[in-house]
Amino acid sequence: MNRVDASGRREVELDRAPVRPATVLIRGARLLDRRAGLDGRADLLIRDGQIAELGDSLAAPEGAETIDAEGLHAFPGFVDPHVHLRTPGREDEEDLDSGTRAAAAGGYCAILAQPNTEPVVDSAPVLRSLRERARAEARIPSGFLAAITVGQRGERLTEMAELADAGAVGFTDDGLPVRSAGVMRQALQYQRLAGRPLALHEEDPSLSGDGVMHEGEVSALLGLAGIPSVSESVLAARDCSLAAYEGGRIHVQHVSARETIEVIERAKAAGTQVTCEATPHHLVLTDDAVRGLDTNLKMNPPLRGESDRAALIEALRSGAIDCVATDHAPHAREEKEQPFELAPMGVTGLETAFAALHTELVLPGLIDLRVLVERMTAGGGLFGLPLPRIEVGAPANLCLADLDAEWEVGESGYESRSANCAFAGRRLTGRVRITIAAGAVAYRERTFALGAVA
Amino acid sequence: MMRHLLSVDDLTRADIERILGRAASFAEVSGREIKKVPTLRGRTVINLFYEASTRTSSSFELAAKRLSADLVSVKSSGSAVDKGESLKDTVQTLSAYDPAAIVIRSPHAGAAALVARWSRAAVINAGDGKHEHPTQALLDLYTLKRRVGALEGLRVWIVGDVLHSRVARSGILAFSRMGCEVTVCGPPTLVPRGIESLGCEVRTTLDELGTADVVYALRMQRERMTGSYVPSLREYAARYQIDGRRLGANQLLMHPGPVNRGVELASEVIDSPQALIVEQVESGVVVRMAVLYELLAGRGAPAGVPARPATEPQPA
Repeated sequence: MNRVDASGRREVELDRAPVRPATVLIRGARLLDRRAGLDGRADLLIRDGQIAELGDSLAAPEGAETIDAEGLHAFPGFVDPHVHLRTPGREDEEDLDSGTRAAAAGGYCAILAQPNTEPVVDSAPVLRSLRERARAEARIPSGFLAAITVGQRGERLTEMAELADAGAVGFTDDGLPVRSAGVMRQALQYQRLAGRPLALHEEDPSLSGDGVMHEGEVSALLGLAGIPSVSESVLAARDCSLAAYEGGRIHVQHVSARETIEVIERAKAAGTQVTCEATPHHLVLTDDAVRGLDTNLKMNPPLRGESDRAALIEALRSGAIDCVATDHAPHAREEKEQPFELAPMGVTGLETAFAALHTELVLPGLIDLRVLVERMTAGGGLFGLPLPRIEVGAPANLCLADLDAEWEVGESGYESRSANCAFAGRRLTGRVRITIAAGAVAYRERTFALGAVA
Repeated sequence: MMRHLLSVDDLTRADIERILGRAASFAEVSGREIKKVPTLRGRTVINLFYEASTRTSSSFELAAKRLSADLVSVKSSGSAVDKGESLKDTVQTLSAYDPAAIVIRSPHAGAAALVARWSRAAVINAGDGKHEHPTQALLDLYTLKRRVGALEGLRVWIVGDVLHSRVARSGILAFSRMGCEVTVCGPPTLVPRGIESLGCEVRTTLDELGTADVVYALRMQRERMTGSYVPSLREYAARYQIDGRRLGANQLLMHPGPVNRGVELASEVIDSPQALIVEQVESGVVVRMAVLYELLAGRGAPAGVPARPATEPQPA
């Protein structure tokens, strides 16, 4: 069997619990899908999970649910390539059910989960058991990345080929960098056998040290150890060089610094196969927000300066940043209710991603809504998943959002089991009302009044 | 009226002057045979120290006692803290005793602010990680003012390990607020990037030390030597030690203590008449009395609880 795949785009299978395919008529939504060349008001009929018809004044077939979506937007379903579901090991923080419900509530129709669990997803048996659990519990199609190195210790490669056969969507040691350039090079060489992208957490531990926030004026004021921007960019530069040399394919996770964007833009221009993602919190917030030492603003990489944020937004607009990823990282309340330096890194974000970016980037005119939607739906494609599209014959992957709805992100009330949201307490505009993932209704906002017709 | 003292940044110049003035009036009490006033009789002050401390904890204890408060001192070793109790649980437990004030020293930035969120007591930051140590800054201002009269326009050099120093951060803010011109000086590895945003100049050599009116030397912690922040103690001392050659006859010398003789300061300057180091320690008690007074005097029992008459004996 030849596992080599020149395109790196083999079919990837995602898992979810059994569903009943939806037959739904969505009336009057504004359909927005730049890839499908769609921007206008129309009815949309989903039959047996497929987009069956687009047009004006469609008739509801027998047994169809009709949703009055007047005033709502319909987008292709979002895809998040970077989520922590904490399962196995920390089901008190998140499990496959709650994590995928949170994703659906955010408009996501597919997610990819990171392998830094307990145990680490670094062998085929662990991956298989996790996939089996997903087939019982996951509310939306979910894929799993496996570790690059055994135990994420950075020493020895996992059985990447076997893991790929067992369904690993990609490989990552996320949470930690691959410290050794030699091991990173071996992973890139072995990628020729295993296929699948390597997703990389870029951080030089000798530069970030015991840092807990961005190194800058705010860290100087607070007396907190800083994580300099170059901690990220120097390792990204190393890995772009290695990927170019080995002809490998890498995906840089959660880009936070202007310097890293410059590194990636240069590598892309030189033809290196590199893609990258940015998170809503890095696109919306800066280290200035950390002044109050709210541990819900502590994550790695940290919130950076305003010039970094501006560079991220520009790169998201230009496509230098390929997609939005939340890096949804749930933590138990007691772990976050500690002094800033002791609290763990990570914030939740699935349920607020679209609303936060719509409020802070689209409404002030920093990015076009259509571009944002494209970036929020692009994450799976980088790992070989088909891109969600609103077109006849495609599986129904879409969400309905009310762009005028104003709401306050609460201290609680999340679908997620954890409440460490970076946007807690903020007023946001725009809310996902319904999510249809791979042909089945995955989420309905509880207060949504359905225009149901018998 | 101030509710907590968490950061120098929260203080206006008028706040600082009021506290320093109050400290001066308490200095008169400290000169008496019986050094006690009844101001805080029947009120409870809790000292919660998560770090070893001699002068700060003892001066807070004395300050509370001289104001006739009931004092409970909790040290991290041997307490529930040692048994893995979270800061939040400890604070909620101690809050059940209805303290009027909690004085907290913690190795972590923002700990005092958290205590203020979790307790109804007035909270005094007695040092939170490398962030701030506001009462140290206040006692430094008090000491300096006693010696020179007016602080406005004084040129203050803060020398040493600025990166790891809460005293430096509170000092920069406090001296600046009182109209001093602050310069920080230290090895480039021990001066944090962005510190100038606090309103100070940055130097990496002592070449222009002669322009200073006040030289404030920071404690050089020995563990910094192993982190390769400086190549050796010898090189550090050669370049940054304040000694008799570097300290001019008209310059004053301050240090938060405890001093590493022969490292940041040479013995001859420690014992010189220009040194205010002993006066800084003396000032600690009256300034902390003034801070307790500022936060507690006139502030009654919490709402909904009948105020206890001051004459009622307190349970032991």
